[in-house]
Amino acid sequence: MLEINDLHAGIGDREILRGITLSVNVGEVHAVMGPNGSGKSTLAQVLAGNPSYEVTKGSVSYNGQNLLEMDAEVRAQNGIFLAFQYPVEIPGVSNAYFLRSAYNEIRKANGMEEIDPLEFLDLVEEKLKLVDMDQAMLSRSVNQGFSGGEKKRNEIFQMAVLSPRLAILDETDSGLDIDALRIVAQGVNTLRSPENATIVVTHYQRLLNYVIPDFVHVLANGRIVKSGGKELALELEEKGYDWLQNAGAGAGAAA
Amino acid sequence: MSDIATRKGSRDNAILGKDGANQVNTRGPNPINTYRADFKRQLGVPEWVQTLRAQGMARFEALGFPTTKNEDWHFTSVAPIAERTFHAAMTSRAGISSEGSTAGMVARADLRRFTFGQPSWHTLVFVNGEFSEDLSSYAGLSDKVRVSSLAKAIRSGTGRPERHLGKIATFENHAFTALNTAFIQDGAFLELQADAVVEEPIHLLFVSEGEGEAISHPRNLIVAAQNSRASIIESYICIRDNCYFTNAVTEISLGEGARIDHYKIQRESEKSYHVGTTQIRQARDSQLHSFSFAVGGSLARTNIYTSLDGDAATCTLNGLYLTDGKQHIDNQTSIEHIAPNCPSHELYKGVLDGQSHGVFNGKVYVHPEAQKTDGKQSNNNLLLSPTARVDTKPQLEIFADDVKCTHGATVGRLDEMAMFYLNSRGIGRETARTLLTYAFAADVIETIELEPMKTELERMVLARFASTAAA
Repeated sequence: MLEINDLHAGIGDREILRGITLSVNVGEVHAVMGPNGSGKSTLAQVLAGNPSYEVTKGSVSYNGQNLLEMDAEVRAQNGIFLAFQYPVEIPGVSNAYFLRSAYNEIRKANGMEEIDPLEFLDLVEEKLKLVDMDQAMLSRSVNQGFSGGEKKRNEIFQMAVLSPRLAILDETDSGLDIDALRIVAQGVNTLRSPENATIVVTHYQRLLNYVIPDFVHVLANGRIVKSGGKELALELEEKGYDWLQNAGAGAGAAA
Repeated sequence: MSDIATRKGSRDNAILGKDGANQVNTRGPNPINTYRADFKRQLGVPEWVQTLRAQGMARFEALGFPTTKNEDWHFTSVAPIAERTFHAAMTSRAGISSEGSTAGMVARADLRRFTFGQPSWHTLVFVNGEFSEDLSSYAGLSDKVRVSSLAKAIRSGTGRPERHLGKIATFENHAFTALNTAFIQDGAFLELQADAVVEEPIHLLFVSEGEGEAISHPRNLIVAAQNSRASIIESYICIRDNCYFTNAVTEISLGEGARIDHYKIQRESEKSYHVGTTQIRQARDSQLHSFSFAVGGSLARTNIYTSLDGDAATCTLNGLYLTDGKQHIDNQTSIEHIAPNCPSHELYKGVLDGQSHGVFNGKVYVHPEAQKTDGKQSNNNLLLSPTARVDTKPQLEIFADDVKCTHGATVGRLDEMAMFYLNSRGIGRETARTLLTYAFAADVIETIELEPMKTELERMVLARFASTAAA
């Protein structure tokens, strides 16, 4: 599904990703872990198509297409979804209007008819339950005045409505108390299916207690320095990242 | 950027004085001569009106058109108006040669798209500044409410307008108000008696036909006695996209406990010129809710000036201006806190595209007696193109020592993170741009209590930026 090969990217003159190679198949959950500044969030942003980042080398193929040539909205229309680490507040645009616009844009791009506000309401009602949110949130402005936990739940709610093929969760667990964490994890697990894939970017292991990954990759200094199964996450929890930091400086990519 | 100013101690009142006159030098035939000639040709009116007109003309001649050296016009050059010869639209036709009503050239159907889908609203239509009985409909008003054209009220000889006309809109330092005063002829005269409550809004619709570089000087007088209440809309529109000049003045007197919701909707032709002043005096406990929407005109200036004369009078001045192409739209507001315990709130927003130029100048004066003033003023601007420009100048002058006043202004561009957020959800750049622009303007539109007005302005904002995006 996703083939990342020797990906280099950064902002301005600063290179942040220094040769990432990773492949994700349908039905898999990959966890990308690493200390602050290792490039985890940059990887998530680059995959979603944030134009602030420049790709200087390497390739990313998504279902056989060159992902790097697609604008962010085209990626979304093709089933990529990024749950933001810091969801953006958009005063003046209601959640309902925002999400229905997104839903319809994606449908249009895939040759399907747009749906009207009433049909849309039926669709979202069930998804709101999934993340334990009230319908009243639909008429509030996008993320405005939301607590940290509400913002993260809103990301998972949007993901549930847009049902992406490749979901990238960027630090979705940060700033969540244990109840919110369970709700978010439950949302992610419900959406998990043999037809889609998930990349979970996280600093801590705790989300991975609920969302069990098939693979764990450790990022340091813009490279993957170690990959393994779910047990690697537990090892990191115990030992921290220091023992792997040095490997990042010399070893290069290890897939 | 925003700052809070709470000044202690009082200062010399003389600082409140405004700047002096500045003469404009024009080459070739002086357009002021045309105004002078048109002034002399006006038909006879009662003596008090003639006196008022003469005072206006004398003051206009003394002041001349303002230049950018005049502090009030620093960012707006009125040279395109000063150097052009406009022909008196109304006086040449109805007032002098009696060729009959010009309203015959405008049909009711032409006006439908400007009436907010509300046929039940009381509507007074003015064509080139002249009242059209045929196009107007204002039946069913209570007998506590008197509605008529100003021309008729003057003609009737009862002198009812005399008490207020020319007394609220000062023209000592305002050349355009002086010019309007020199040509007082018609407009709306609304009188609300004590405790009168007008349920449906009253819509004053000023239509310019846009023929032959005409000038009109609509003059409105609204007198709201104690505890009366009404929503009043002033719309300025055009039928044809031509060059003309509207120089309007509205005077509003708010009695004790009266409340007026005033909407000024400026949708003139993009080839036209518009200068409009709304000046208000507020007695104790009165409430003014003003909303100014400006989207039209090649060069347009809207002044909203209010004076909080009585204890605990309140005012809200909100506004939205949308500019594009080579438009120049200027908004000036002034709030005079004369009495104590008055709150004033102001929020103006501007969206500027193309090579357009927007101006905001908001003045808040707190006089020495105006203790416990609570003033809040902000102006936020969104630049959609690298060639659009805005000058914003919030001004706070405080001469009382126990007040709370804040003011601030911002100029920004579309938030790239918000743009990416929308894109990442499948929403393309053009749609996202429309959505974010609309969102920027949404909070000030949200303050409108009149639902059909709110809906229409929302629609206009969305339509305006959707078409920009598609172009």
